[in-house]
Order: sequence, then C-alpha cells, then structure tokens
Amino acid sequence: MKWIENIIEKIKPAFSKGGRLAFLHSTFNAFETFLMVPGTVTGKGSHIRDCNDLKRVMIVVVIALIPCLLFGMYNTGLQHYLAMDPRAELPGFFPVFWYGFLKVLPLVIVSYVVGLGIEFTIAQIRGHEVNEGYLVTGMLIPLIVPVTIPLWMLALAVAFAVLIGKEIFGGTGMNIWNPALLARAFLFFSYPAYMTGGKVWVVDGTSGATPLAALAEGTPLQELPSWTDMFLGFIPGSVGETSLVCILLGAAILLYTGVASWKIMISCVAGAVLIALTGDIPVHYHLVMGGFAFGCVFMATDPVTSPQTETGKWIFGFLTGALTITIRLYNPGYPEGMMLAILLMNTFSPLIDHVVVSVNVKRRIKRIARHG
Amino acid sequence: MSACKKLLRGLDIPLKGSAHPMTVSLELSSLYTLKPSDFKNTTPKLLVREGDNVQAGSPVFCDKEHPEVLFTAPVSGTIHRIVRGEKRKITGIQILAGDEQMQEQFPVAEPEQLSPGKIRELLLQSGCWPLITRRPYGITALPGETPKAIYISCFDSAPLAPHYDFTFAESFESLQMGLRVLERLCPGKVHLGLRDTTSPHSVFRRLPGIAHIFSGPHPAGNPGVQLHHVCPVGKDQIAWTLTPMGVSIIGKLFLYGIYDTTRMVAVTGPALSRTGYITCHAGFQVGALNPFPLKEGTDARIISGNPLTGDTIGREGFLGYHHQQVTCLPEGGKRELLGWARPLRLKKFSAARTYISYLAPLLGKTGRFNLDTNVNGGARAFVLTRNYQKVLPMDIFVSHLIKAILAEDIDKMEQLGIYEVIPEDLALCEFVCPSKIEIQEILQNGIDLMIKEMQ
Repeated sequence: MKWIENIIEKIKPAFSKGGRLAFLHSTFNAFETFLMVPGTVTGKGSHIRDCNDLKRVMIVVVIALIPCLLFGMYNTGLQHYLAMDPRAELPGFFPVFWYGFLKVLPLVIVSYVVGLGIEFTIAQIRGHEVNEGYLVTGMLIPLIVPVTIPLWMLALAVAFAVLIGKEIFGGTGMNIWNPALLARAFLFFSYPAYMTGGKVWVVDGTSGATPLAALAEGTPLQELPSWTDMFLGFIPGSVGETSLVCILLGAAILLYTGVASWKIMISCVAGAVLIALTGDIPVHYHLVMGGFAFGCVFMATDPVTSPQTETGKWIFGFLTGALTITIRLYNPGYPEGMMLAILLMNTFSPLIDHVVVSVNVKRRIKRIARHG
Repeated sequence: MSACKKLLRGLDIPLKGSAHPMTVSLELSSLYTLKPSDFKNTTPKLLVREGDNVQAGSPVFCDKEHPEVLFTAPVSGTIHRIVRGEKRKITGIQILAGDEQMQEQFPVAEPEQLSPGKIRELLLQSGCWPLITRRPYGITALPGETPKAIYISCFDSAPLAPHYDFTFAESFESLQMGLRVLERLCPGKVHLGLRDTTSPHSVFRRLPGIAHIFSGPHPAGNPGVQLHHVCPVGKDQIAWTLTPMGVSIIGKLFLYGIYDTTRMVAVTGPALSRTGYITCHAGFQVGALNPFPLKEGTDARIISGNPLTGDTIGREGFLGYHHQQVTCLPEGGKRELLGWARPLRLKKFSAARTYISYLAPLLGKTGRFNLDTNVNGGARAFVLTRNYQKVLPMDIFVSHLIKAILAEDIDKMEQLGIYEVIPEDLALCEFVCPSKIEIQEILQNGIDLMIKEMQ
C-alpha cells in the first residue's frame, strides 16, 4: 500500500498553499484523510488519543442504515410489481430487487453528489477541513423520501438542507435542525402533491396510499395490510422507513457501538405509547406505521440537534414521541407527525438544555454551601 | 473512616509498559534543572547568577508577585546556565551538582510547638511552599491565604502511574510528620483519599487525618475529583492539595531540617524494553536513564509525568518538580491506509465500541495496548459530547463549560464549575473526544482568563 502514499506525497505540493491547484486544498485534504489516517501527532495536552474519530462514528451510522437501504430497494421493486397486477406472480427475488435498485440508486447518487459538492465548496471557501457529517445526512435523505420523487426536486431539497440547514450556522456540529429532516420538510411544504403522505407511492402511473394515510382517511383497520406485513416492511412508504426489522437491526448497531442515545429511543417510544393509549388505533400499530420507528432510531438521536444533557435527552425523546402520535391522532391535516415533532423538538433542545443546566448550577451552589 | 465512595464513570486506559515493581540503582546525572514553568502562575525573579554556588535548599528564584515564595535548589553545586526562551523568558535554571552534597540547614522543631505563622515562614524559606497546590485554578498556594481544607490523594490512578504503596513503603515517618505540620495550618481539616484496594498494611492506612475511600477507574485518584465529592470548592473558597510526595518532603524538613526532594520515580511506557523505579531528586536529567533502554528502532517521545497530562521533555530533558513518573511513548507519525474504516483495528485502543479492539482479550491478546502519539483523526466541531460525561465522575457539564470558556463568558464559567476542575481532571475527556478537541488547553486558557479577571 506504499504506492498510494507515494502518489499522495507526489501530488500534494500542487494542492498546498501556493500550488497550482491550491484552490482545491480542502478537497484534496478530504480525500487524503479519507484514504489515510493522517500521521499527525499530539502536541499540547494528552499525548495519547482514542482511535475513535468522527469518520468512524459516521461510518457506523451509515452501516446501521444499510439494512434499511437494501430492504428499501427490494420493497420498491415489490411494490412496483404489486401495483402493476396484485395477482400476478412475482418474477423472483433478483429481478424485484434489481428494479428497486435502479430506482433508489439515483436518489443516493444525487444526494451525495449535490450535498458533498456544496460541503467541499464551502469548506474550501472557509479554509476548513471537510466535515464528515454529510456522510450520514446524504444517506438519510434518500431513505426518507418517496422513491418516485423527481431528481431535480431532491437536488433542490439537499441544497436547501445543507446551505440553510447547516452551513449558515457554521457547519456540522453547529446546526439547530436535523438537516435530513429539513430536506424532507422543504419538499413537504414546497411540493405537497408529492409529499403529503396521502399518495406517496406512485409507481409507473399507479398510486397507492400508505397505511397511515389510509387510516387517516377513515379506512377501517381490517382493510390495512396485516401487522406482520407492516412489521416486516412489505408496505408502501418512503424508501427506508417501512421495515421495523431492518430499523431494529440498525438500532442494535447504534446502541451496541454507543453512537446513539438509548435514552432518547426508549423515552421516545414511551411518549408515543402513552399518547397512543388515548386513541382508537391499537398501540402496536402506531409503532410499525409511517416514519415513527425510523425517526426515533436515526433522526431523534442525532447528537448535534438533540439535547447535550442526559436528563434533557429523556425529556426530548418523550416529547418527540408524544407529539408524533398527538399529530397523528388529533391533527386532521397531516397523517404523519414524526418529521414535524422532531423538528419542533430540535428547536426546543437548547431550551431543554438550558433548564437542565440551570438546575445543575443551582444544585451545585447548594452543595457547595452545605459543605461550608 | 467513611464508607467507600464508588465512582463509576471514568476509564483505565489499558496501556502497556507499567513500571516493574523493582528499584534500579543508577549513576545519578550531574545536571539538574529547575523549570519555572512547573509552577503555574509564577513569574520568576532570579536570585542567583551563572557560576554561583548553591546548596540544596538555597533560593534560586522567587515569584515576582509574592517575593516571599522561594524556589530553592534540589541539589548543591554551581549554577551552570540560565536557559532563556522567547522574549528572554526563563525556561530553566541548570545546576551542576557537586561531588559532595551539602544541605542548607533549617531549624528542626516539633510542629505543635511552632505557631502556624512560623510554620508558614519555614515552608516559604525552605522552598517547600510550592509543593502546595491551590484550588481553584491549580496554581501554587498564595502565602497569605487560609484554606477550608487540605486534601491529599494517596493513590494515582493515571495510566502507568507509580504505585504509591510501593514508592512510599519506607516513608511512614516523613509522611506522618508532614501531616502533623499540615494539621497545624488547617486544624481538623486534613483529608486523605485512599483507594478501596489499598492494602490494610499500607502506610497510608496508618496515617493521621480524615480518611475517605474511593473506588473506580481513573480519574478517581485525582485530588480534584475527590475534593468534588468530599468538600467542593466554590467561589471565594480555597482548598489546598498536596501529593504524598509533597507531604513527605515537608515531613523531612521538620524531621531533619533539610530540603530533600528525593523521590521514587516510575520509569514506564510501551517504548521501553525494561521498566522499573529509580530514586532521584527533582529536576533530574532523564538522559541518565541508561538501565532503561528504548526498544530498538523506536522513535520515542519522552514525557515527564503521565501520558495524559505530562510534559514532553526530550531525551536530554529534566524531570518536572511535581512529577514521579517518566513515560516513553512511541511517536505516531505513521499513516494508516483507511484506518478509520477497518472493522477490527486490533492494535489500536478505543473506549468507544465503534472498534472491536476492546474484545481483544477474548481473541487471546493481552488486552493491553501499545498506544502511540498519533491523534487518530482530524480536529472537528463538537458532535458527540456525551462521551465526555462518561469519563468524568463529577457533577459538571463538560461541553457547556468548554463552550463557555470558548465564548469567554466569565459568569457562565463560574456557574458551570470552573473553580472545581483543572486540566488533569478533564484529560480523559480529551482522550476520548472523537472531534479531537484540545480540551485541556481550552480549560487552561479559561483558568488563565479567570485569574486575570479576578485580580
């Protein structure tokens, strides 16, 4: 592998300050550090460091999303063939998957190309290193949009999310709202016809409603897909959100590696269950329908936009879950509430933290007074 | 004796190269250095010139702000060189030790028969005063102040730290005398922090003072962490902390009337092919550590102190005034192809479970790692801040405090607990930070700002 290092060393001067390609410095640096963990050694402070870095953290989340992505591809094909003729026999696993693969891949490519393009450009303008945050956002966005979305629309949403959602606040780590959800919110409010949740599934001219939307329109529970189908994910919906099995697999990875907070996940489910008990629809249906599980595992747990304090996480998760189901049950306008609930709670995260920190400050003052 | 306080949060970094419990005698170096940078918040004013003769205990420099605080020579000999850095700042006073060691004689007395004022005077004159560190801020104690408590942590939980039960096995008398002296300065408020695993036969179990027992991983041994649980320091409050070494040096002053900085030093680190303990004075030149050869072909970093908080001193560098440990780490200048994407990375340690290296013991490895000085990533913004909380057993919100410091918001810093922490307490937060933020440096800047603003 020495030859890669040699190539990097050889072309490095061109990208360094004063070099011919100096305007691509950040881009070069991003690729260099992507290929090679840099040889930088510690200066001040601790002489040894944990080998965990942000690249690793982000790649773990991407890996946790892979089951959802793969299943989403298969399900896209499946829904396509079902929509064509529900009684016809399926052409076998691989053709079904291949159909979905060809539908979903462009979404992923557009998301990464547009998003990373903006990230690289801005890093270059600011003279920063490229931050890895978009590795995750870029994978999340294709998973939370309907597969039929026009690519130009997706590109627009990605640009909005990265520029307005993240970069104007100073980039990864400084943003207030989850960028991926902001992309979805942008589509939701700008192109409601595609996004209302009512007719998300339009495959080659045939439309089908998601179970959640059907329910909102008054379809009785018996006519919905079975609970098992919804649990396994063989239902219409956004690309990655349908299969609870795959989401749970992702959750297991995130919790095991400690990347996501279990407190948010548990309290989010608790909040949802509590409110769902007040409605007519059985509680276990709420947990498998729509974007609840996906949002709870991958979106609400975003370490940047959720509260930084542990107590704050309990509050945040609980309110997110409760709000989601409240919107589902009591708001006739929107069949799905996860996106709006998380974005709203993102807005309140700093406030939650402020309250928790103030309590801590008071407690510490009291404790010090007690000790004289 | 109080019940054991279990500190659950923290991390014992499984680093290779802990000191073999055996004392190695070696030819002592003849060059010693007193480094003003070992004493935080001190502006040195020289009291000697190159070529002057000094005895062990003779003043070398004093603090410009508090000229009564004297910093004295650890050995007798001649002032060899005054080393200056940028802007003629004094970075070290080198002393060439004479063949025969001569000691400045101080009066020997029972501390109970001396007034606290007289004791302070003796500590200031002999150069023992700077052994007392003051909270808040972790600086040398100010001569006029009275603390609300004196705290001595009797174990060091830092990676590869010396085992105090071993290094102080013969020091009972001096430790006891030192504590009697401190008792006179702060009656009834001298606290000792013991580890639950401290042997019942250990000298520390027999010492006078209010004993507190702690269990748990590093930083349980930091005096700051223990103080936080026993006697937290707030605004306008002062606590003094000492190491057992400091207590012992003070004890020897009152027992024998001499300033004797002799200490047992653990020579440790994964870059060494042999580890052990040596006995030497403060300011000892590590170039003389011949019995501890580096592993062949290793480009090593020599650190005075532990790997989390120590100072890089180089091969011909000198042991710090407060240090009892020398650590040799391999320099980590090597690059690693797609290192961050490897599933296993068995040779690197991570406290996070994103790598499987913590499963190494199951795979037949020792579970100890040969960590080098690579940063293992690039600097980023704060993202995963809850990692900090997992390694700090204190009721303090690290990321909020650090952000308050970055914003230079004095009120917030005060509220969020800057009086209770010094960089060593947050060193582990810096170790685990996936964004590679220099937390210790930021905290030190915050403390410096507080000192400036509060004057």
